[in-house]
Amino acid sequence: MTPAAERRDRLALTWRDPAGWRGFLTTVDHKRIAARYIVTALLLLFLAGMLALDMRWQLSTAENTRMGPQLYNESFSLHGSTMLFLVSVPVMEAMALWLVPLMLGQRNMAFPRLGAFSYWLYLGGVLTLWIAHALDITPDLGWFEYPPLSGPAYSPGHRADIWAQMITFTEVAALCASVNVAATILKMRPPGMTLARMPVFLWAMLVASFMTIASMPAIMLVTTMLIADRLVSTHFFAPDAHGDVLLFQHLFWFFGHPEVYIIFIPATGFVSSIVETFSRRRLFGHHVLVLAILAIGFLAFGLWVHHMFAVGLPRLGNDFYTAASMAIALPAGLQMFCWIATMATGRPWFATPMLWMLGFVSTFVIGGLSGVMTASAALDLQLTDTYFVVAHFHYVLVGGAMFPLFGAFCYWYPKATGRLMSERWGRIAFALIVGGFNLGFFPMHLLGLLGMPRRVYTYPAAMGWEGLNQIATAGSVVAVAGGLVFVANALWSYRHGKPASADPWGASTLEWAGEAPSPPWNFAYTPVVDSLTPLWSTNPALPVMEGIAIDRREVLVTSVTDAVPLYRQKSASPSIWPLAAAVAVAAMFIGSIFTPWAVAIGLLPIGATLTGWFWPHRERATTGPLRTRS
Amino acid sequence: MRIPALAVCLSLAACAGAQSVLDPGGDQAQALFSLFGLMIGVCGIVYAIVLAGLGRVLLRAWKRPVAMADDIPDDRRLDRSLPVAAAAIVLGLTVLIVGSFLADRILFTGRQTPAVFVRVTGHQWWWRIQYRDPASGRWIETANELHLPRGETSRVSLGAADVIHSFWVPAIAGKLDMIPGRRNVIDLTPRRTGWFRGQCTEFCGAQHAHMAFDVKVDSPAGFRAWLAAQATPAPTPGGAAGRGAQVFAGSCATCHAIRGTEARGRAGPDLTHLASRRSIAAGTATMTRGNLQGWIAQPQAMKPGTSMPAVTLMPADADAVATYLAGLR
Repeated sequence: MTPAAERRDRLALTWRDPAGWRGFLTTVDHKRIAARYIVTALLLLFLAGMLALDMRWQLSTAENTRMGPQLYNESFSLHGSTMLFLVSVPVMEAMALWLVPLMLGQRNMAFPRLGAFSYWLYLGGVLTLWIAHALDITPDLGWFEYPPLSGPAYSPGHRADIWAQMITFTEVAALCASVNVAATILKMRPPGMTLARMPVFLWAMLVASFMTIASMPAIMLVTTMLIADRLVSTHFFAPDAHGDVLLFQHLFWFFGHPEVYIIFIPATGFVSSIVETFSRRRLFGHHVLVLAILAIGFLAFGLWVHHMFAVGLPRLGNDFYTAASMAIALPAGLQMFCWIATMATGRPWFATPMLWMLGFVSTFVIGGLSGVMTASAALDLQLTDTYFVVAHFHYVLVGGAMFPLFGAFCYWYPKATGRLMSERWGRIAFALIVGGFNLGFFPMHLLGLLGMPRRVYTYPAAMGWEGLNQIATAGSVVAVAGGLVFVANALWSYRHGKPASADPWGASTLEWAGEAPSPPWNFAYTPVVDSLTPLWSTNPALPVMEGIAIDRREVLVTSVTDAVPLYRQKSASPSIWPLAAAVAVAAMFIGSIFTPWAVAIGLLPIGATLTGWFWPHRERATTGPLRTRS
Repeated sequence: MRIPALAVCLSLAACAGAQSVLDPGGDQAQALFSLFGLMIGVCGIVYAIVLAGLGRVLLRAWKRPVAMADDIPDDRRLDRSLPVAAAAIVLGLTVLIVGSFLADRILFTGRQTPAVFVRVTGHQWWWRIQYRDPASGRWIETANELHLPRGETSRVSLGAADVIHSFWVPAIAGKLDMIPGRRNVIDLTPRRTGWFRGQCTEFCGAQHAHMAFDVKVDSPAGFRAWLAAQATPAPTPGGAAGRGAQVFAGSCATCHAIRGTEARGRAGPDLTHLASRRSIAAGTATMTRGNLQGWIAQPQAMKPGTSMPAVTLMPADADAVATYLAGLR
């Protein structure tokens, strides 16, 4: 046996999961957890997409009685809540969970068990919402449930509670994932990857994680206050008891606006990676792109009021938020400049992932520009809460985040599966989705300008909205057909796709240095980095570092700015405790929908499971020199 | 500002203008429409530049074979054009921000002295509308139909009785929310007579879709004549309508008021001059005797979820009530 094969066997023994179901439930492998996250999110994308199709069908004729108001209101509430809380945000975290250790040349995340806990809690949120739907206690007040409508007086029953607790689930999950990603990026970069040599993708994930950490507490606070109003008769949002209904809106949008960028900024990371690879040149304006991401992350916290221009706040304040909202166009515009400049001065290769970049730029820019329009406190009075805004945020979220995500899916698919997706079917799916999307959503701008409010289950024939609605419905059918082609392609290619080499696109970053598909230990040796694009370096063999143990789970910890190796860190082994803790937390969250006592009693099992989780072990990391080898 | 891109919008809008942003019939909507034209112009140029950039990328992909760029590209020209792009973006944004501020001033500080004071209160799912009588200072109540004098500014004070609603007559002005515990004030200065339509734009529960109202812009003299008529109590009914009035007093008066009678309920809309209105149930159906009778008999069929209960009436009684209400002009 060669030394390399021997080393491989030893690593396999160290990093393997228990066989069968036990392995499934106890794994802390970031790739397995991320794959679950992604598959769950894509499944929900399909379900919520079907809801959208159902609603489009309803709206394609005026005065349609096929769906009553209750069913329609449930449909858009479930669609929006699922898409925002259970698809867009988690799928971006999942991509980070998958890619960050690979891009860092590491064997796992900083907190492997926290990653598993995060997924199980997210799944708890998914099941809470969708099992409630199966039991006909679907939330029916939209994806932001303003009191007093969501208060005890106007929403008896448990629909609003289900919505609020689903958010608590996903936000705790998001906080866990974000802490994990931030710690991994800051403390586990490979030797040589100083902050200045960190790819844009990692910057994007780092900034999005910090934004999550800063904004999620606001939404958890506000939904908890809502539940308290409903469950124990506090009066935070009761106007007749000196509560204030606008407090809810401020707190909600203090989270809700950054959330849009928590979805969009990771997408800019995908775009930067794909544009660089397929332009066959280093990104133009790396520093500009990084500064733009930081600027967007900063500005995102100063413009939540633009969701509230119609509530009648002081005009001078509104004008400040107009300027702040429009200011986002500067960093976003410079990002666009850098990407287009990179493509225009490179040797662009239009494989499927790069096609999605074309779809992204041409679609997202429309959403950005309609965003500039809605940013005007004055003009927004004609646009907000109409179909213009529906068109706007779908252009931003689908064009700006989903298209890059689909591109990223095609781009990293060979890394995950060892096979390439079919290019031909990839192009067909691309054409159907991008064409259908634009056909479906562009007419909605006009519908809004013609006076159609959002969230109406029907409209009078005399309004003249029918023709445009029919075009919109036709477009959404085409887009859904494209989505099915995309999924079929992914499933078919999983078994029958062309086998891929370790680096099929000739990319520049570390995740392509290892085997494809990645083994559980990711890398046999820790790579050492000397530039922004280590795999395009003039040095043909990637230098590596020796000294990280192979006979126990161990990872390297480096310094925050310069990535100087500091010490070895024991990496957690598979454990059932994250799942047990998630079940205990879920029991407390769900119980607290029905009785406040669940909060007190539910703490006991949570304490017990966390004690099991954090029970101290005596193992230590190895000692000995860390050496760089070329 | 009429730009080619708008021509397309306008041709589409021409058929349905009663609730359209693109066919302004008031000062406030006109200011916002001009701002929209400015936005379309600036944003259209930006989008054209982006598409031109993408076109260049495609052209390059067409001309050059796919290969690794072995040479380090010379980015000096790009480095120089980056600040130019930044300056252009800042310039464009400055134009738009200033335009937005100016439009905002027209909406909120360029107020003329209002000639008419109106209070509009949002209910699930209808609109209580009260005019201040300029002579007596009393409030004259009606519902679901707003009348405005052309060329004068009406100041509308907005409130809500239950949940948040939003008041929007796009052809005359932008929207403003109606929030429990607060009052918002909006000025409307219509410039064109005719019928317009307004609708609630903040999701307010099951029948949010059927919370609309009609807006009639009339000549100042026509408006004052209408207001004077609304101030009068309901006419005394006779014949079948008289029987209807008795049934109404027994079955409907807990919720509805008809001035000049014993009916003083406040939970539902004031029906004093119901038959003078253009539609019933907050824009759900046109005002015909048949619709009125259908609405009384089966409100849940016409507007599922409405707070109006189905009152069980003998067919003859229901007929009489409809006759009575249809006579309340």
